[in-house]
Amino acid sequence: MNSSYNYAFFDEGSKREIRRAILKAIAIPGYQVPFASREMPIARGWGTGGLQITLSIIGRSDTLKVIDQGSDESVNAVNIKKLITLTTDVPVTNDAEKATIIQSRHRIPEKPLNENQVLVLQVPLPEPLRFFEPSEYATKKLHAEKEYSGAYLILFDEIIRLGRMAGGADHPVEVNGRYVMAPSPIPKFDNPKMHESQALILLGAGREKKIYAVPPYTKVASLAFDDYPFQREKSIGQTCRLCGASGVFMDELTDDETGSTSYQCNDTSYCLERMNSHDA
Amino acid sequence: MAYVAVRGGKQAINASIESLTYQRLKSGTAPDANIIEQSMHALIDQVMAEGSLYSETIAALAVKQAEGSPEEAVFLLRAFRSTLPRKHYSMEVDTTGMRIERRISAAFKDIPGGQILGTSADYTHRLIDFGIFRESPEEIRTWIENYLKKEIDEAAVRKYPKVIDYLRSQGLIRKLASKETEPSDVTKKNLTFPAERSERLQILTRGQTGAVTALGYAALRGYGAVHPTVGELRVGKIPLTVANPFSGKNPDDAYYFGEIRITEVESLIPVTVPMGMGESRIEFDIGYGICFGQNETKAIAMSILDQCLEVGDPQYPTGDEEFVLLHIDSVEATGFISHLKLPHYVTFQAKLDSVREIARTRTRTRSGEADHEQQL
Repeated sequence: MNSSYNYAFFDEGSKREIRRAILKAIAIPGYQVPFASREMPIARGWGTGGLQITLSIIGRSDTLKVIDQGSDESVNAVNIKKLITLTTDVPVTNDAEKATIIQSRHRIPEKPLNENQVLVLQVPLPEPLRFFEPSEYATKKLHAEKEYSGAYLILFDEIIRLGRMAGGADHPVEVNGRYVMAPSPIPKFDNPKMHESQALILLGAGREKKIYAVPPYTKVASLAFDDYPFQREKSIGQTCRLCGASGVFMDELTDDETGSTSYQCNDTSYCLERMNSHDA
Repeated sequence: MAYVAVRGGKQAINASIESLTYQRLKSGTAPDANIIEQSMHALIDQVMAEGSLYSETIAALAVKQAEGSPEEAVFLLRAFRSTLPRKHYSMEVDTTGMRIERRISAAFKDIPGGQILGTSADYTHRLIDFGIFRESPEEIRTWIENYLKKEIDEAAVRKYPKVIDYLRSQGLIRKLASKETEPSDVTKKNLTFPAERSERLQILTRGQTGAVTALGYAALRGYGAVHPTVGELRVGKIPLTVANPFSGKNPDDAYYFGEIRITEVESLIPVTVPMGMGESRIEFDIGYGICFGQNETKAIAMSILDQCLEVGDPQYPTGDEEFVLLHIDSVEATGFISHLKLPHYVTFQAKLDSVREIARTRTRTRSGEADHEQQL
């Protein structure tokens, strides 16, 4: 039995359908557009939302970069790249600057992106109000009525119980003064990169069947209170043990023998490029 | 010389994939997909129903590739399904015209047309048959010859009336206006709530067998006020046609494109109907279950859940559409559970940062309080 797949895996009708959802998402910044999410050859929860966006917009003139939690060589990044290159002819790069489409799980590259680039983020849970209200029917109404007390209540509750906004990644943002949006589980460190981003940011949640977007030059504000301002992670104050960078998001490493802790850039291609330029 | 990082990601992944193939092939033999297709009907049927794609051959291939894991096989089938252009919807099928292989009723002994037990494991003792560990082609041939010598009461090709039509004629089934709206396709349009019944039935029939069974069982056992009677359970083949574009909905002009084997269940569920003046009476609701192939447990569980969701009793999770419909899909549930195996280095680091900050400020506060007490 032989079977061959269409360019970029999907049939053209499917791609067009997804592109229509993307266009709507761009037209209504931060609004979660429902779409008929397809089952993909990679598992739900492993980036199928991002993958569907990428496959629908990719063309022969594109250059692709895929990162997973900062790494170009993580299992998931490798798998997604493999699938895309199997069904398209696009070149792949690790260099954030050279890519026209960057699909990423939970990080925004350290290098600033430009107008000719699209950042596709993989989203596990697109609904910022989900832990306040489990019902989709109810949260849709809350968005329609711009009723975001729940999002603030979650943060307020943390401050009361724990003394600060205690969430890790996926700190909610308000987009264009209207919709509260889950920025996907990027660390708080990356939230400000969304604000007035030159690159188009598309977010895809495959399992939850939603696509949403932050168009270029859109206001994105992390939710906070006047007396409890938004704070980024503390570990960014450290210095990378490899390239000496600071002020970027760090991985924490423990030495097997000495038990000592050191830090290293989480964005591996950024780190590598810095090291290469040192050596040159 | 430029810095060359030592990275093993790609190699490690390739080694893992190779090892998977080795596991499949290391015994030196691998069954042809058509042997799987011919000998593992139940698994093929389950995979086709959950995979939402009716092709025994591709399902068998998926089972082979997945080394028998239904979860993986369904996943393969669904992903393949995503690549197929969908050009037509079939015309509606009246299952009264089903070519019956099996038909039973738990409600009436003497149903019009009679009960046909057909093929089922229901009446066997579940004793492992050590005798079939190895069966020679001669043994098999002899068995078949003897079997075919017996006179087999072939179910005559005829229409079997529906058991529920009898009850309906007696006025015992709650009368509902018939709805002739086109079903909405859940694979083309995102599910919104409250869902239409057509959408609920689609999600249930695609649902993971174990998940649908578990929730149906919960509704039966106490988390739902349902105790249904299987009015009729049918297994058989139904013909599928697409409308002739030039003659509209005329079924006589439709194009026949094949038949599929299905299990169909109509359960009778007693409900109390208020009549006013504090009086009420009991009528029956119908719960409907259907799935590709022969999977009777799932079809019955589906019929229970259909009725639970139709009533939507807020007292029980089985009456909550979002609870039931959003959590029974094999690909979605297994995918999201398994994504926990992916690296979460960034998200965990972000959480850790927060945890440490809280610990630091809290310790400071507490030691501050201790100092204060000492001073007192």
